[in-house]
Amino acid sequence: MWEIIRVNRRKSVSLIFILGSVLALLGIAIGYYFLPQDPANGIFWGIFIAMVLWIILLLTSFAGGEKILMATAGARELNQNDAPQLFNIVEEIKIASGLPVMPKIYLMDSHVPNAFAVGMKPERAAVAVTTGLMSKLNRNELQGVIAHEIGHITNRDTLFMTLAGVTLGAVVILADLFMRGLWFSGGRRKSSSKGGGIEVIVLAITIILAILAPILSQIIYFAASRKREYLADASAAQFTRFPEGLASALAKISDAQDKNFSKSRTLAPMFIVNPMHSWEGTSGLFSTHPPTAERIRILRGMTSSSSLKAYEQAYRKLYPAGLIPSATLKRSQEQGLVKPEEITEKMDPQKNLREAKDLLHKADGFGVIACACGVKLKIPPQFKYTNVRCPKCGRQHNVSVELLAASIAAGMGTNKNP
Amino acid sequence: MGFLIVLGIVILLVIWVMSMYNGLVRLRNQVKNAWSQIDVQLKRRHDLIPNLVETAKGYMKHERETLESITKARTQAMQAQGVAESAKAEGQLSEALSKFMLVVENYPDLKASQNFLALQEELTTTENKVGFARQFYNDQVQQYNTRIESVPTNILANMFGFQQSEFFQIEVAGEREVPQVKF
Repeated sequence: MWEIIRVNRRKSVSLIFILGSVLALLGIAIGYYFLPQDPANGIFWGIFIAMVLWIILLLTSFAGGEKILMATAGARELNQNDAPQLFNIVEEIKIASGLPVMPKIYLMDSHVPNAFAVGMKPERAAVAVTTGLMSKLNRNELQGVIAHEIGHITNRDTLFMTLAGVTLGAVVILADLFMRGLWFSGGRRKSSSKGGGIEVIVLAITIILAILAPILSQIIYFAASRKREYLADASAAQFTRFPEGLASALAKISDAQDKNFSKSRTLAPMFIVNPMHSWEGTSGLFSTHPPTAERIRILRGMTSSSSLKAYEQAYRKLYPAGLIPSATLKRSQEQGLVKPEEITEKMDPQKNLREAKDLLHKADGFGVIACACGVKLKIPPQFKYTNVRCPKCGRQHNVSVELLAASIAAGMGTNKNP
Repeated sequence: MGFLIVLGIVILLVIWVMSMYNGLVRLRNQVKNAWSQIDVQLKRRHDLIPNLVETAKGYMKHERETLESITKARTQAMQAQGVAESAKAEGQLSEALSKFMLVVENYPDLKASQNFLALQEELTTTENKVGFARQFYNDQVQQYNTRIESVPTNILANMFGFQQSEFFQIEVAGEREVPQVKF
């Protein structure tokens, strides 16, 4: 455990150093290009602007914490009374992982099942799930997914992802600013300069850097995140002692991915399954996640134990190089696992989806009126009229503030829909 | 000069011993914390049972024995003192509860009732939490005990009376975990 964190931290530092160097290099090239008659000054200002940009991005992400990211992803915070089972599952894994405080829980409105975790440190973490995830998975599968996400938090992947994401963002923004600046000022500069040859070379190098830097940074960033997915899977198996839960969740989730889910590449590494691809057979340079089929094969290869050691053994059948630091393996305790056939769980995706949608409505402040015919009317908070007609049986209902409040209290949990 | 070197070595030694001692204290506190986690979950389980029995009573007229055995196991578990005794009593309670869950299969009305469904989720999560808290506790105990046994901390541990902690082992058929293997 601690070795994993230490190795992760060392890799994170060097990776962020590389990404930072790319950022600085870009700053230098841009500064040099705009002030060729005084290179020292140009380089100074180039680096200065790059640093300022980086610090601004870093401060916003520190100050806003998970709130900004969650708002970007369109997620609403849930409270315990609304989603008792989800809270129970998160608390179970909190106990299993020894996390110091309960992470916050968010819900996103999307039929595509997915989940992610954010948090600079374990004391201030949050996990988000989609309504699609809640409707498609049974309790044990949901537990596996939550364990994977909390594994990211305990392995400090979320901290790294935030830092790397900030640096990557700065590179992209700087390169973009430069290309725009070039577009507007290019003509003027060309006519005023005298030393033609060097000028053109510098321009060419700067442009190439501005184009390559974001791509290069992304390749580095994504390559680092793939190994962390395997590690989080190993943690999930260790926490739940039921690798099959996560394996069957992954199979269901990757079957149901949708290209339109998230367009943000920077957010992609945070999700449990890459939202940018559907079923990934191959793992390219740009993949943030290893192929789901391989992750499932490793998890299902753990047949007699659920320890980190067992995961490592299953992993080595695919990749002999291994994954987990040997010091951690030495201290990894043997622990049994629950076999898939020991667990039978019935579930009703339709009902689950309805309940997940109810949660979302409640988080948005919708009131619920249960009609005598069995239909539940959901009243948005900005509803202007005092009466509402049931679309099924035509009964009139009175929409008063008290009724809304009462129905919010009573309406949840009793699901009488046909 | 020679005096200064000796003084320096002595100071370094004192710092080294202190940090070793503090490490032992930290581990011991971790074990204590982990135990209080288990305690919280066990209390939750004990609080849940009267509610469960009350709800089931109305539906299960002919299962007085099963219900009574749960109540009895609960009383015993609540009275148990120390790690080993309470592990044994909790094991019996787990057994009684899993027997009860098997019997419930014969009462579809009970299974469908909203109240029971909520209780069942509570029971599932409490069982999971007890299991996970136990795993976490045993991991901490393992770390602490290894430290106490290894050279050179064992000398310090003997001097200041750091004692080995007990593992929390529940041995019940069909439990979610096999016993710890030491190596």
